[in-house]
Amino acid sequence: MAGSDLVMYDSEFHKIDEELQKLHQQANANIVFLVDKNGQLIASAGDTHNIDTTSLASLTAGNIAATGGIARLLGEKEFSILFHEGEKDNIHISLIGQRVILVVIFDQRSSIGLVRLRVKKTADVLARIFDEMTSKAEKEKVEGGKTAESPFAEISDEDIDNLFR
Amino acid sequence: MYYGPGLCGKTTNLQFIYKKTNPEQKGKLISLATETERTLFFDFLPLALGDIRGFKVRFHLYTVPGQVFYAASRKLILKGVDGVIFVADSQIERMEANIESMDDLKINLAEQGYSLEKLPYAVQYNKRDLPNVAPVDEMNKLLNGSSAQWFEGVAPTGVGVFETLKGVARQVLLELKKHY
Repeated sequence: MAGSDLVMYDSEFHKIDEELQKLHQQANANIVFLVDKNGQLIASAGDTHNIDTTSLASLTAGNIAATGGIARLLGEKEFSILFHEGEKDNIHISLIGQRVILVVIFDQRSSIGLVRLRVKKTADVLARIFDEMTSKAEKEKVEGGKTAESPFAEISDEDIDNLFR
Repeated sequence: MYYGPGLCGKTTNLQFIYKKTNPEQKGKLISLATETERTLFFDFLPLALGDIRGFKVRFHLYTVPGQVFYAASRKLILKGVDGVIFVADSQIERMEANIESMDDLKINLAEQGYSLEKLPYAVQYNKRDLPNVAPVDEMNKLLNGSSAQWFEGVAPTGVGVFETLKGVARQVLLELKKHY
């Protein structure tokens, strides 16, 4: 658990969301989404109504993990871009700053070249946002430890029992 | 994360949970399995259990492939794990496979900097309905040296399935409480 935790504030989420919306538009993509390496969906843009984003996020993270495993076997640090081509839809997956996974799903209205170009720009911006988040979190840790009001502080046995009713 | 030797019933645990939860609480049960229904990479079941003080609580349940052969995949899936359920096959002839899988789990966790003593963790002695099972006392001695929480199970009919999940979910939530 340690090290992989991500605390995100509303303002940061909006920045990320904005970047994804921009990428969705500029790359002419169907769907764009951002997942953490553990398979949790962070944000998405585009028409996600007909798609099971939770499963997509988990499988994408599994995919990145498997490819990372192959890379290490071959003595590579990582394969930072994966591309799968389908009959109609294609999927472009890239690892940003060893932390998060950016996924772009697109069809014949776009092209791999355009997607790669736009993803590169977005990746730089996102990497900066996540760097800021990390340094902010570290600063808070040094300054005062726990954040003011933890939602977990008051979890009782009863709360947990209620979940399983 | 459900861990354990091949054919011990990890996927069956997930299938029972899937069957018994309300449609609005669960996502799809994803099984990356071979044609003979042996798990190849992982099974995945997202569960939205409800709210705690206004915060939505979601669990992502995974199983690892049990067969010794898939060691490399198992390691990958353990990354970022929040809690482990070790499913042991209670049949006497599977005891060696249980012990081997337990050793494998400890080694793989250590590689990621985790240890069973520090992780939310429980053991499920599965297949208690079969005739040739080992006594629980003996299994505790062999597999549960650290006296972790344990449950008896019959996964196809659901005996012990939710009890085990709840046991580890509780530990995971209390762990969060400690850290945040």
